[in-house]
This record gives sequence, structure tokens and C-alpha cells, in this order.
Amino acid sequence: MGDMVKGNNAMAEAAVRAGARLFAGYPITPSTEIMEYLSTRMEEVGGTFIQAESEIAGINMVIGGAACGVRSFTASSGPGISLKQEGISCASGEELALVVINVVRYGIGLGTLVTGQSDYLRETRGGGNGDYRCIVLCPSSVQESVDLVTLAFDLAEKYKMVSVIMTEGALGQMMEPCDFPEFQEVKRQPWGFDGKYTNKRVSPIDRNAIEDAAALVKKYAAIKENEQRWEEAYLEDADYVFVSFGLPGRSTMGAVEQLRALGHKVGFIRPITAWPFPEKAFENVNPNVKGFITVETNSTGQMVDDVALTVKRLKKANMPVYCLPYIYGIPEMKKIKLDFLKIQAGEIKEVY
Amino acid sequence: MGTNHRIGGIIMKVLIRAERCKQCGYCVANCPKKAISFSEEISSNGYRPVVINDDKCIACGICYTMCPDWVFEILGE
Amino acid sequence: MAKARKTPAILSNHMMFCPGCGHGVVIRLIAECLEELGQDKNIMFGIGVGCCALLNIGLEADKFNALHGRCGAVCTAMKRVNPNTTVISYQGDGDAYSIGIAESLNAAYRNENFTVIAVNNTNYGMTGGQMSATTMPGQKTATTPLGRDCEITGLPLKFPEMVSSQFNVAYVARGTVTTPGNVNKLKGYIKNALEAQLKGEGYSLVEVLSPCPTNWGMTPLKAIERIEQELIPYYPLGEFKTREAR
Repeated sequence: MGDMVKGNNAMAEAAVRAGARLFAGYPITPSTEIMEYLSTRMEEVGGTFIQAESEIAGINMVIGGAACGVRSFTASSGPGISLKQEGISCASGEELALVVINVVRYGIGLGTLVTGQSDYLRETRGGGNGDYRCIVLCPSSVQESVDLVTLAFDLAEKYKMVSVIMTEGALGQMMEPCDFPEFQEVKRQPWGFDGKYTNKRVSPIDRNAIEDAAALVKKYAAIKENEQRWEEAYLEDADYVFVSFGLPGRSTMGAVEQLRALGHKVGFIRPITAWPFPEKAFENVNPNVKGFITVETNSTGQMVDDVALTVKRLKKANMPVYCLPYIYGIPEMKKIKLDFLKIQAGEIKEVY
Repeated sequence: MGTNHRIGGIIMKVLIRAERCKQCGYCVANCPKKAISFSEEISSNGYRPVVINDDKCIACGICYTMCPDWVFEILGE
Repeated sequence: MAKARKTPAILSNHMMFCPGCGHGVVIRLIAECLEELGQDKNIMFGIGVGCCALLNIGLEADKFNALHGRCGAVCTAMKRVNPNTTVISYQGDGDAYSIGIAESLNAAYRNENFTVIAVNNTNYGMTGGQMSATTMPGQKTATTPLGRDCEITGLPLKFPEMVSSQFNVAYVARGTVTTPGNVNKLKGYIKNALEAQLKGEGYSLVEVLSPCPTNWGMTPLKAIERIEQELIPYYPLGEFKTREAR
């Protein structure tokens, strides 16, 4: 087992190992350690670190690096990620591969400094203009954070789009043992600028919107078919299935184990990709399941929408979908268990 | 590439790509020999492109310098 | 006397600017300088939003249409990851001095080693002629139909003066396209700016006072007169900063 490493530092090191050689960003709690770590580490490996003057400048610097075929990324939280939305839309339209790490902090606007999952709908739908999507990856441990960083770059390049790592404050701050992958060979993406006009990039002015639309639909269909990732257990006989990601996902998995020990037939699905949403996991669920329960840390329930849509698409019966929105923090297993009993007793009504 | 004007068998000193001309008048105003004027014809773009009086032209290149539409090529010696 | 002059090969097609617009001259001068410095096959452009975006058409070079105002950031990164490639940021006064002022200033502040060409026509041209930071007092624009009131909107911005006097930059100049002499001087400024980049001296900027007949409501020749009579007295021409005597 590896050394104890702080989540944020682990992701930064993982990116370096994955061959990332440009980071540009701006400090914002709880993501700042990523930037601070890279302020010396990038130079050690011959990469470029830029402390940008703003979040907007940061994402545009990453776009400049990506246009040249360099593995480039940034990290931020809350309102910082909001500022980057135009850039993410631009990168999506230009089919550039880059990675954005969102160490989610709960709240609207300036928000809070506590851990949460209140950016789910924005990350999965996209906060910028147009019909784009991003790969959205949700780690639930420091080790998984490391593994998903490498995957983020690989998927971004495979499909020429933006990968978002939707982690959260507590996971960025906590320390867990983890192992790092070997250093990857640093290569420029073949479509990058080389100064010689080798790749004749089509400008936004010249693009054919109709052809692009067809290509986009096809690309996203391929991703939905091939790139869903999740963790599941106890689905075949489940009366109720919990759906939860990130650190709340870990609490939920623990609560499920405890409920099963008490005789309740419950299962769980822990999405690792929030986009593409792991619809295939739902195909493994007991056909006689009585309901789905999301456990999330936001106030209005966000992932519950995706669960409801998936259930509608895949199931023949109109099954209830419940939501346990714990606002912020990491929900306690005992709280999840108590609320499950309330759901069973009909005291908490379904959302869908 | 361009329109090769000949007058009486003599090659002009300056090639004009008439389809590029937008009739801005910078070359006309700056030609030191007042050798440039607008054509009587209207081009496919709807402008009266410039024509050069080759007798007056000294191939100084000022028209090339001033033109925003890269109409001219100075052939030189 | 009869020197051969031909449009540089990097410009493969004529461009879509209005009759009399200064962009076409500026672009040709940039291309000539790149050829003469041997950089025409070692060049990347960051292009702003506005009429400057039309540079894209017919330019045979690596070019990226950046988001509005963000060329300063995009070009910073392009040059940092390609220190031996020439990088040019091509923007208008709206893109560079209004929405992009932060990125423009910060690139200068950090003395980033790329060249900015800012084409200043004292309005936002592409969107129909609204007021910009460089609009003159009393100038009628689409958003100042009664004439710009500088008491409320601020005085016209002199960006070259700002960065040359306050920041550790390599080369700053302002030129124009009104006469053959000025066009030739402007070419010299652009060449000096690119040479500063090639020598690794840092940030270089050339602002160009450019005619906008369409939005000034003038003929091209009247627009040239306006530059000579109204703009040059306020926006002086010349070199504001050089690292060495040139």
C-alpha cells in the first residue's frame, strides 16, 4: 500500500505522471493545493506552470496549450468553475482535449467552503452555450482520484472533448494511502499546432453546423455505449436500490452493508461516470424492485433527475424514485439508515 | 491568378486582380503619377475596379503599399 | 525603382473586409515581415473576436479563434509551450482593450514573449459600430448617438502609453495606414516587434490606427482624413518603448 497522500496533491501528481505538461489556474478553496503543488512540480518535469490572473485567463491558457497538442489542465471550485464555462464550451466546440478538476464546494454564488455535490446538474448538462457534453468522472477515494485523472486525459483525447473530474472538498483535503502509476511518455496530440500549418484547423466561422450536429450525436452515442463506469452490489434481489457517488457514495455503501446485515434487501449503484450516466447498471436491478433512492449532498436533489430518467427509459413499471438530499458534508451511515426506514414506512415521499 | 492586361502588345508593369478591387480609392489618391483610375466596367463584385495607364506608370509600388485588398502585383525588372 | 512586389504566399485568398478598411494593409505587412524574417512556416496566430476574426479566411498558418478578449491568455500558453515558434495575437480595440483588458494587461505585465497587433478603429466594428474604449469625445456611435460623453464613459484609452510606461515590456509602437510613408513606418514597427520576440526580449505591441469607413459613415478617403486630423493628434504615432536603439 502506498504512502498517505492528500487528495489534491495526489491528483496533481497523477496528472504529471499522465504526461500533463501545462497547468494554468487560480487559487480557490478547496482546490488550491493542486496549484501550489504544481507550482514547483511542473518545472521539475519540464512542464509549464502559470499562475493565471483569473479563472477565465486560466481556462483560456489551458485552451492555448491544448490547441498545441499539450496535455493541459486546470483545477478550481464553485464560482471559479462557473467562470470557466465559456472556455469549456469553446474547447468543446473546437474539439480540444483538456481536463478540468472541480473540487466541489457546496453552494450557490460565492457558496461555502464545505464539501458538497451541488454542481452535478451543471457538470453533466454543461454550463456553457450549446449542445455539448463533457465526460464527468466522480472519484470516491484518493486512490480512485489518481486512477480517474489518467482516465480523464485518455478519454478527453480519445473523443476530443473536455473531461471534468467532479471530486469534492473533503476528498481533496483528506489523506489516504495511494499508489501512483508509472510516468507516461510525454507526447503532443497529433492534431496540435506545430507552427507549420500541418493541421488545417477549421475555424468556427467556416464550420458546417449540420454536419457537425450529426457527428456530435454520433460521438455522444458512442461514448454512452462504451464509457459508462460504475460500482454495484446486491442488485439482483434488491427491494430498494441506493444510487450515490463520491464520498456520500461511500457512506451509502456502508449503510447498505449495515441494512443488509439487518435483513433489508437493499442494493447500491455508485456512478463513477456521471456523464455518461451508468444506465447499464440499472439493467442488472431486480425487475421487482420497489424503488430507487439517491443520496446526495445538495439541497434540491440533482442526480435524482438522471435516476428518474433512466428508470423511465429502462423499466416497464412506474417505479418511485426517492431523494435524500443531505445539503452538504458527508452523510452519516446511521442517518441514511434511519431515512431508509422512513422511506419504507411511507414518511418520505418519492420525488418521481 | 490575375488579369493580364496588354495594351498594344506591351506587358503592363503592374498586374491587377480586378475581382479583388473594392474601389476604396487609396491607390488612385496616392499614385504620384495619377496613373490610376476607375474602370467604366462593373466587376462581378459590383465595384468599378481600377485600371492603370501604363504610359504614366513608373512601377513605384505605392499602389501595392496602400491597397487593403492586395489587388496589385508589381512585376519589376 | 521597379522593385517586384507580390502578395506573400501565406495569404492565399483575398479577405472580406469593408472597402477601405485598414485590416487588409496590416495583415499584408505582417505577412511580409514574417516572410522576410523567415518565420512564415514557424508561426501561430491567436485571433480575437470582431472584424479581426476575418483574418482567419485565406491565412495559410496555424491560427486559433480565441474567445472574445482572451487572446492574451491563449497566446501566453501557445508561446510558453512553443518558445521557438513566433506567436502573434491579432485583435481589435474592443477585443484587446475592453473585454480583454485584463488578459492584455497581464500579458504585458508578465512580459510574455509574443507580439500583439491591436487594430484600433475607435469603435466595435463587427457588431455595428458601438462605442469602444478608444472612441473619441463627441464621436457618434451606435451606443452614443448623441456623441460620446467622456464625463460618464471615460476618456479614450491609450493602451500603448499605459504598458510602455508602467510595465517591463520589450517593444511598443503605434502606427497607421494613412499614407505610403506611414504604411512603410508601420511595417518597420511590426518588424521591430517581431524581432524583439525573436530575440526573446519579451512583450511587443503595435497598435494601428485604422479607418472604418462603414461605421464612421464616411468614404474611405474621408476616413483617412479623420485619422490624420482627429486621431493622430490624440493618439501619437511612434515607438514608445524599445530595448535598444533601432
